[in-house]
Amino acid sequence: MPSKVKNIQWDKYMVYIIFVIVFALFGIFLGNKGFLSSNNIMNVLRQTTTISIVAVAGTFVMASGQIDLSVGSVAAMTAMFVSLVLQSTNSILLALVVGLGFGLIVGLVNGLLVTKLRLPAFLATMGMMQVVRGSAMWITNTAAVPIANKTYNNAFGIGSIFGIPVLILWTILFYVIGILLFNKMPFGRHVLATGGNEVSAGYSGINTEKVKVAAFVMSGILSAFAGILYAGRMQAGRYSFGDGDEMSVIAAVVLGGTAMSGGTGSVIGALFGSVLMGFINNALILAGLSTAQQTIVKGGIIIAAVALSNLAQKKK
Amino acid sequence: MYTMYRRRSGWQKRQKIKNYQMESVNKMNQNVLEMRGIEKAFAVPVLKGVDFSLKQGEVHALVGGNGAGKSTLMKIMTGVYSKDAGDIFVRGNKADINHIHDAKDYGIAMIFQEMSLVQTMSVAENIFLGQEVLKNGFCDTAFMTEKAAEVLEDLGIQVNPLAKVGELSVGLGQMVEIAKAVSKDAKILVLDEPTASLSDSEIKQLFRMIRNLKKKGVSMVYISHRMNEILEIADSITILRDGNVVHTGKVFGITMDEIIGYVIGGSSSNNQFVWKEREYNREGPDLLTVEHLKVNDWINDISFSLKSGEILGLAGLMGSGRTEILETLFGVRKKEAGIIKLAGKAIIHKGSKSAVDSGLALVPEDRRRQGLILDHSVKENTILPKIKKIAKNKFFIDEKTANSIVEENIKKLNVVTDGIHKRINLLSGGNQQKIVIAKWLNMNPLVMMLDEPTAGVDIGAKGEIIELIRQFADAGKGVIFVSSELAELMAVSDRIITLYSGKITGEIERKGIKSEEELQYAIQSEKYSMG
Repeated sequence: MPSKVKNIQWDKYMVYIIFVIVFALFGIFLGNKGFLSSNNIMNVLRQTTTISIVAVAGTFVMASGQIDLSVGSVAAMTAMFVSLVLQSTNSILLALVVGLGFGLIVGLVNGLLVTKLRLPAFLATMGMMQVVRGSAMWITNTAAVPIANKTYNNAFGIGSIFGIPVLILWTILFYVIGILLFNKMPFGRHVLATGGNEVSAGYSGINTEKVKVAAFVMSGILSAFAGILYAGRMQAGRYSFGDGDEMSVIAAVVLGGTAMSGGTGSVIGALFGSVLMGFINNALILAGLSTAQQTIVKGGIIIAAVALSNLAQKKK
Repeated sequence: MYTMYRRRSGWQKRQKIKNYQMESVNKMNQNVLEMRGIEKAFAVPVLKGVDFSLKQGEVHALVGGNGAGKSTLMKIMTGVYSKDAGDIFVRGNKADINHIHDAKDYGIAMIFQEMSLVQTMSVAENIFLGQEVLKNGFCDTAFMTEKAAEVLEDLGIQVNPLAKVGELSVGLGQMVEIAKAVSKDAKILVLDEPTASLSDSEIKQLFRMIRNLKKKGVSMVYISHRMNEILEIADSITILRDGNVVHTGKVFGITMDEIIGYVIGGSSSNNQFVWKEREYNREGPDLLTVEHLKVNDWINDISFSLKSGEILGLAGLMGSGRTEILETLFGVRKKEAGIIKLAGKAIIHKGSKSAVDSGLALVPEDRRRQGLILDHSVKENTILPKIKKIAKNKFFIDEKTANSIVEENIKKLNVVTDGIHKRINLLSGGNQQKIVIAKWLNMNPLVMMLDEPTAGVDIGAKGEIIELIRQFADAGKGVIFVSSELAELMAVSDRIITLYSGKITGEIERKGIKSEEELQYAIQSEKYSMG
């Protein structure tokens, strides 16, 4: 057995293969419409930043066998908090503390609901999603709050350093942290063990409840950061930010090779998953499809991609 | 960010223990563990003052029939159950084992039959799970992989430390589990039927590993029904019967006959059920014919037939393939080759539905997992297979008919329940099993297959279930009966087929079997043939 050369694990590389194929197809058919221009590609990367960053935490949550539906609403509420704090105090630090603190609390509550009260994660975070989204609407009575602080908007939205948009730099930062945490630190192993076989993880001396809570807290904080970036990019806080993001994040994470049942996962795969979805969105717009058509095709592509990676998984 | 997971390297600690183990090899013949006067009762006494001692570096076989108390004793030793009376000593000191974690602290580990590793992670990751070695705050993957390779090589396990556990065979997985326990400083291992699902070559590999562990001073309790293996690998043997130790001593010099004699001799289950010679047409056409059935590479070339009115017993040790054969006949497991004929017609299964439609029924081995939906009511469980047939206009369930069917089942089978709407997991094991049987009786099958139908069933219900099986066969139907309790198998069967490691080794009329010992002997090896 040890001499046996490791077979190529198609499921592991499926997201990259699909990514290359889809990218090549769009390049061929939409190249003349500017799909391959660096401007367009940068645009897509900037637009997918929020999904990409939440997908880092989403990988941890789903690898541990859980799910978090509250991410989009947390982003919206954080954007509201940030813009309101900036409006009244103009303190960036305070805005960040309030925003990230809010994310942390929501994540903690989600985690405790799941571990202490034993609620299924799907229901706990679905309820949380409604509560938080409703609060975001309520806090200004659905009115948007503009952000006048230029420094903030540059640092978290529209600025760039050496020609690279800050949004892309933030994405890189979170992926570096996420990859180290997931692949190189005990916490990553503990997350995978918790999702793969919770009983065995427990017998190996791992506090699986803490692992799950930590994953939810991470998800809350990163969702809040996504909200901060939404606010910076749009230079305002709006209750509708991140609507439907939870589904995009789940799709990105699963496309990236994380099993919904937990136990396997890839952080870098999630990045490819989210960028892939960004490119699909973008290409459908460039192809001149109506919003209705875009939605239909997007759904079909997601189903096909996940089915493909499942088939690859079964083959081994 | 995640400080609570930064911990000291467990490696040095393990190295120390390893050295300690090497030292203590010299202290052979010292009792590492002693259990004195252990008593335990679950409503009825299961252990009646059992003494058990385990020496440094020995393999100690623990033998006994079903319900003799083996697993209860081991569960007390590993902290799963608490004892009612008695003392446990580890290395001469009184030990207080109340929880599985206590046992772990004393270096006692149980290796479970079903793998308890994380299937999605690598061998090395599993071995170091929960005690990762860090370098500058990061997992030192290279070091851990290397060390895991060393541990595996040391124990003679040939497996790539980077391979995913889920891709390993059951045997290798089990060995990795042992390696994990040993690397976490376990000095006493309990192996519960470790060879039940292993192939012959895997068994050889496991035995090499066990001998290796002995040299390192690890003591092992070896639970098995396979006498050959015990004679081969064990140093000492303790035999339990009805909660008492009936024999303990060296394996050297003892014969299989003697062991079987101790296991069975005068046990109370022996005279519980009396065999009745039953009348059926032995010359008539086959009701069920199985020709050259191939389940997998290992369970192959299974051929037998069943007459109307006959009860056919399948006898074999755990892992002999009996369950797999029934599952294949019932279509929940795919057959690789072979012909199954029911009443002369070849049937092709596309799953359990076509099996049920053609007139087969299976009372599965694991009642709680496979036989019932525990959160559903007595009624819902009973009518589940029949639900389409009692639908009015093919649409709506006819509740009245359903109720009357279930009410009648309960009355006829003497099921003790507050009513048909009671949740099934609130019923006793025996009553649950009656519902599983009722559910199939209602379908009026031609052949009923029962896999360990009396496991976990009280004596009274056992007798009733056996009587039900006889009645069913008397109506001209066929029964295939699987049981680990040979006394019971002999009480109910007209003919018995013996299986060993996926092959049929013999077939004999019940009349021709003189004693339970003879049957026990027959299922122990592939060479022995009866009569």
